[in-house]
Amino acid sequence: MIFGLPVISVAIWLPIIFGILVLATGDDKNAPLARILALVGSVLSFLVTIPLYTGFVRDTSQMQFVETHNWIARFNIHYHLGIDGISVLFILLTAFFTPIVVLAGWQVIEKRVAQYMASFLIMSGVMIGVFAALDAVLFYVFWETMLIPMFLIIGVWGGPNRVYAAVKFFLYTLLGSLLMLVALIYLYNQSGGSFEILDFHQVAIPMTAQILIFIAFFFAFAVKVPMFPVHTWLPDAHVEAPTGGSVILAAIMLKVGAYGFLRFSIPIAPDASHHLAGVMIALSLIAVVYIGLVALAQTDMKKLVAYSSISHMGFVTLGLFIFNSYGMEGALLQMVSHGFVAGALFLCIGVLYDRMHTRNIADYGGVANTMPVFAAFFMLFAMANSGLPGTSAFVGEFLVILGAVKANFWYAFAAASTLIFGAAYTLWMYKRVIFGAVANPHVAKLTDLSLRETIIFAILALTVLGMGLYPLPLSEIMHVSVNDLLVHAARSKLPL
Amino acid sequence: MDLMTNLMPASAEIFLLIMTCVILIADQLIKQSGRMVTYLLAQLTLMACALITVGTHENGVAYVFHNMFVDDLMSDVLKLLTYIAVSMMLVYSRQYLTVRGLFTGEFMVLTLFATLGMMVMISANHFLTLYLGLELLSLSLYAMVALQRDSAIATEAAMKYFILGALASGLLLYGMSMLYGATGSLELGAVSSSIHSGHANKTLLVFGLVFVVSGLAFKLGAVPFHMWVPDVYHGAPTAMTMLIGSAPKLAAFAFVARILVEGLQPQVQHWSGMLIILSIGSMALGNITAIAQTNLKRMFAYSTIAHMGFLLLGFISGNIEGYGSSMFYAVIYVMMSLGAFGMIMLLSRAGFEADTLNDFKGLNQRSPWLAFLMMLLMFSMAGVPPTVGFYAKFSVLNAVVQTGHIWLAVVAVMLSLIGAFYYLRIVKLMYFDAPESHAPITFTHDTTLLISVNGLGVLVLGLLPSTLMSVCAVSVQQSLLLH
Repeated sequence: MIFGLPVISVAIWLPIIFGILVLATGDDKNAPLARILALVGSVLSFLVTIPLYTGFVRDTSQMQFVETHNWIARFNIHYHLGIDGISVLFILLTAFFTPIVVLAGWQVIEKRVAQYMASFLIMSGVMIGVFAALDAVLFYVFWETMLIPMFLIIGVWGGPNRVYAAVKFFLYTLLGSLLMLVALIYLYNQSGGSFEILDFHQVAIPMTAQILIFIAFFFAFAVKVPMFPVHTWLPDAHVEAPTGGSVILAAIMLKVGAYGFLRFSIPIAPDASHHLAGVMIALSLIAVVYIGLVALAQTDMKKLVAYSSISHMGFVTLGLFIFNSYGMEGALLQMVSHGFVAGALFLCIGVLYDRMHTRNIADYGGVANTMPVFAAFFMLFAMANSGLPGTSAFVGEFLVILGAVKANFWYAFAAASTLIFGAAYTLWMYKRVIFGAVANPHVAKLTDLSLRETIIFAILALTVLGMGLYPLPLSEIMHVSVNDLLVHAARSKLPL
Repeated sequence: MDLMTNLMPASAEIFLLIMTCVILIADQLIKQSGRMVTYLLAQLTLMACALITVGTHENGVAYVFHNMFVDDLMSDVLKLLTYIAVSMMLVYSRQYLTVRGLFTGEFMVLTLFATLGMMVMISANHFLTLYLGLELLSLSLYAMVALQRDSAIATEAAMKYFILGALASGLLLYGMSMLYGATGSLELGAVSSSIHSGHANKTLLVFGLVFVVSGLAFKLGAVPFHMWVPDVYHGAPTAMTMLIGSAPKLAAFAFVARILVEGLQPQVQHWSGMLIILSIGSMALGNITAIAQTNLKRMFAYSTIAHMGFLLLGFISGNIEGYGSSMFYAVIYVMMSLGAFGMIMLLSRAGFEADTLNDFKGLNQRSPWLAFLMMLLMFSMAGVPPTVGFYAKFSVLNAVVQTGHIWLAVVAVMLSLIGAFYYLRIVKLMYFDAPESHAPITFTHDTTLLISVNGLGVLVLGLLPSTLMSVCAVSVQQSLLLH
């Protein structure tokens, strides 16, 4: 509570209310109003999350800013919100990106502007809800609701193959979620009638059941991450989604999956997590190495960054399942950093696409000649994507590799290859797009970044550099919660 | 005086019967141009019934007519919801029927008789009362489907409905007669205690049970007794389809609850196995076949089959929580079904039925508000939060998991995943595609208001489902006697 206001609830509902207001502006006659209202709403929504960071007590793993109200009495379900050192990062990340996607879609989106902006605002509130929910049903409601605006964003404003991508996205993620729902209901009955996630952490569960629960959660979360082999929806969704949709997908929606592993799979089924850690690590390494190679072969820029995302998220899941504090903290830093870097890369591609209406690498060349400012920003983000020291990505990757060395040298060896592949596919793409002779007359006519675009990129560039040079504020805030999670993960929950 | 007080629990039914006869006669004196009077009379009657039902409500369970008729909390709640559903159906269909020349006194009278049938089914405590209610409902519906005499497809639907319905009634009666033979009684409580005491002939009981369950499955439209559903839903004028697909499901829930729980609870291990098969079959066939449909009414018919399968899942748990979740499911289903058919009627106009999938193309560009409401209804049917359809599925799944049938819950969610596809397709058509026709949508204020309440209700109840859930749970708890 700050100034008597429930901060988390405000952070969830403010963007949703603004979303409804934006919807109420109606058709495209009022588009300018819708844009301004959306920007105001998203900036306000970001500002209200700042107390969550400044007021956060760093030396406890207890949930903070807790709100509890009865919601559905019959099943003992509560409207229970709270954050710890892990979720606070993602809430800030989510709120931070909403104004950015609003700005990114400012001119490009011309039809049904109000609906576009409203979708993002509503989704922003719902995603904050996912990170803040401490009741399993509340979590599930937010988790599923998140699909609806994204489905519409991909399907309405997406590229030529948008319908296929949207339906695939929806059904893939729904498949995982429904299995998770059954697992949650099972846990409700095992825990003696409670849907509190923190109570689930204490329930003793036999091994077979733990493994089945782990698998059910795996379907829900691995699809979202996405892990190999259930990653195939992501390139489709990314390629067809409008720029803003890609940014939110990469920056936040993928993190939701990894967050699920942290909040559900590992503490609820610790024994199964250890038992199946080998499989998880293997899948993560396949993602890192194999998907890295796949990215190398892409001719479409968005597809390339999409595959690069999968490969980087492989790093995250690797960090989670080697069960030491380096790995875990590295994974979290990598998640945050990847949010910024991948988000920024999709924005870069969006800038090019808005001007040229093609994402083919081969259609570009020599962009540096006509868009020097853009080329400089793009360079920074490309370097960050390949894990250059001094950028945010390096910290996370370095910590995960360090953790992996402690677990097994060969894990680290395989994981470190990403530094080479990552550099290869990102920089090669960069070289083909930006450098060289001016490829065609369209490139020659390109105009450099507008003021609006420059502001977006400047903010992102500062964040990426800031996190890379001084990551302490982030690691400090998560430290206690991560240690607590590791203690949970190490404690067997098999019934005696 | 004594007689009057004795009949109090059945006063709503008696009042409705009298009023229906009055309307039947009064309608003869009214010209077609004044048909609104009949319509308003019918609406007023339903409203008065609601007041009577609330006014005569007493705590506890009251029996009348030598225990043939029961008045308890569950019956009161279900009756109130039935009035609301029927009244909504009348509002939705007024415009639609007027344009088609079907806005007649017969329609109103038959609707009221069907309502009376449902009420009797809901309050029955005796096999004969159950059967009488069912037949009153069914006969009214057969006639209503055939009301559009110049439509070959409607006549065919009515014929199919009638023949198969008669067959189902036969099965049901045959089963009841066997149960009578085994237990020596037709009163539900007596049947139950007779079975419980162990004097009843086991073989005869199980045979009777099989016939009764088949009859029930027929009426519900559960696989493999579902053949009539798509043809009737498709062939009947949309207003009639709406009536068939809405309120009678509440009565059907009560019907199943009365027979299986109040009458045959001691046989639970036998009938729950049968219901598992019926329910998996319905969910599988309904959801998979619905994908292939191009006609929306036909698609909803298959979706109904799937929903009825899900509703039956609540019964297999064999405990009171499960029955409560089934009742909640039935209520929510009726609400969604009214909205969906209401939308079809709203988009229809003279000489044009908006009942194919293509008619919904680009609805977002023609009317963003209607598209939004339809989207809510579709997500609710698919069981996606934050709509109320999710809680309906959730509470049934909880009952299933509680009984230890986790595999069944997994099967159910996988089949509803398949179902999500065709609901999603409607959202896709409305939002992602360009409209095929730009014909303006003619609004009447009452239907627009109603569809808004209906569609938003799905969302609001989805955010605050607690009260309705508790009402269903409590009314089942207080009413169904487990001997």
